[in-house]
Amino acid sequence: MEMQSHGGIRSGSPPAVPREGAQRSTEALSVVDLHKSFGTLEVLKGVSLDAHEGDVIAIIGASGSGKSTLLRCINMLEVPDAGEVRVGGELIRMRTGRNGRTMPEDQSQVDRIRSRLGMVFQSFNLWSHLTILENVIEAPVHVQKRPRPECVAEANAILDKVGIADKRDHYPAHLSGGQQQRAAIARALAMKPQVMLFDEPTSALDPELVGEVLRVIRQLAEEGRTMLIVTHEIGFAREVSNRAIYLHQGRIEEEGPPAQVFGNPRSERCRQFIQSHI
Amino acid sequence: MELLSWGDKGWGDELFFATLMTLAVATAAFLLGLVFGSLGAAAKLSRHGWLRAIADGYTTIMRGVPDLLVIYLFYFGGSALVTYVANKWLGTSGFVGINAFTIGALAIAILSGAYSTEVIRGAVLAIPKGEIEAARAVGMSRLLLFRRILAPQALRYALPGLGNVWQLALKETALISVTGLVEIMRQSTIAAGSTKKPFTFYAAAAVLYLVLTTLSTYAFQRAEDRSMRGMRRA
Repeated sequence: MEMQSHGGIRSGSPPAVPREGAQRSTEALSVVDLHKSFGTLEVLKGVSLDAHEGDVIAIIGASGSGKSTLLRCINMLEVPDAGEVRVGGELIRMRTGRNGRTMPEDQSQVDRIRSRLGMVFQSFNLWSHLTILENVIEAPVHVQKRPRPECVAEANAILDKVGIADKRDHYPAHLSGGQQQRAAIARALAMKPQVMLFDEPTSALDPELVGEVLRVIRQLAEEGRTMLIVTHEIGFAREVSNRAIYLHQGRIEEEGPPAQVFGNPRSERCRQFIQSHI
Repeated sequence: MELLSWGDKGWGDELFFATLMTLAVATAAFLLGLVFGSLGAAAKLSRHGWLRAIADGYTTIMRGVPDLLVIYLFYFGGSALVTYVANKWLGTSGFVGINAFTIGALAIAILSGAYSTEVIRGAVLAIPKGEIEAARAVGMSRLLLFRRILAPQALRYALPGLGNVWQLALKETALISVTGLVEIMRQSTIAAGSTKKPFTFYAAAAVLYLVLTTLSTYAFQRAEDRSMRGMRRA
């Protein structure tokens, strides 16, 4: 397992005011003033957030508040209209195309950065023509180009950890939703991502299957993994996160430690949202 | 029965080689048609309006004009073009013919490519969007995504439709007998004419076509079963 530095010893004293472009060694992800519109509908109206290594950030909000779009803009599944995304200090370079729309300057940089972000989707999106094991080793073998035997050994360990080792030779269609989502988490973990992005990981599950997926995510949080979790599971979010963000109509309406956001929010809208979701 | 026997007295060996010729033309045409079909489907799914327009024109014309007419256009148009080019630049004079196999295979390839275009386009659209997105999310390049996720999945959605296209191509080869290529149809006509037993030979031809189509239906069924591993069956 990788070592993660939690406020470890740093050489030299940091400057009192961080210089432009300077980064703290533990910064895993940084988003600055993200804007995104679909047609005339402005979904993100300037969202900024920072995640340091080991942070578990819960993102909550009503549907249409922009939480999924925010997550999808971070790995460029949606291309933001304006703003900056940095992963591990590396800025995703953008340019304006001939049609006036912004686009990544270098697709291979985007591909490389994506491989450092583990995305878990609401609808699992396992590759249906591959077995569970093949799903898990696909990206390590073909994107990261690591030796297959090593990837298989790791995949077996990960599948064991998420509790579906016995399903490794099955195809996704033959698994329950909860098992598929755990397989999808295993697929993301196999890339050894710097940051995990969860996009409503339990919203498509039958209620009795939610628990098994949340258990896996909680375990990852306890290991100190950096994660952004978009979720409607308020209780879970409160328990597992060390920071929470409430999005409302494309803006961050409330942000802070979970005790504050979930227990004593300053925003009236946030308070109402949480009350209606408990 | 002697008429269908092997050797000098019967037409068995001639019909056998004609069957091989039918298979060869059909296979060449089908495979080339797959290339046209893939290009056509890519054009139809393209972001660029002009590419979509070209592909739409291609499938509309090829599916809307009788197949025999397309073959005539290719045969006479192709010959005229080759003759013109040869006379002008290669110093030949007079009519220059093109190999009937080449022109026949090309004509059927163009026709079956139009049908393949629609089949492949439908297959690509049938792939769950989320699986493509998941492939992008793990950092696959466009080429890798095509090779590892899109193509294998599209193939399995396309197989039933491509089975049909193959069967059509196989039967359309009968039309290129008009160019003088000795395949099953042409060979039966020759045999029927020289023995004055048309029914016998056309019946034999029907059996030969049926054998080919039945075998290929079986082969496609096997391929389909194999490709559908892991699919939930309705």
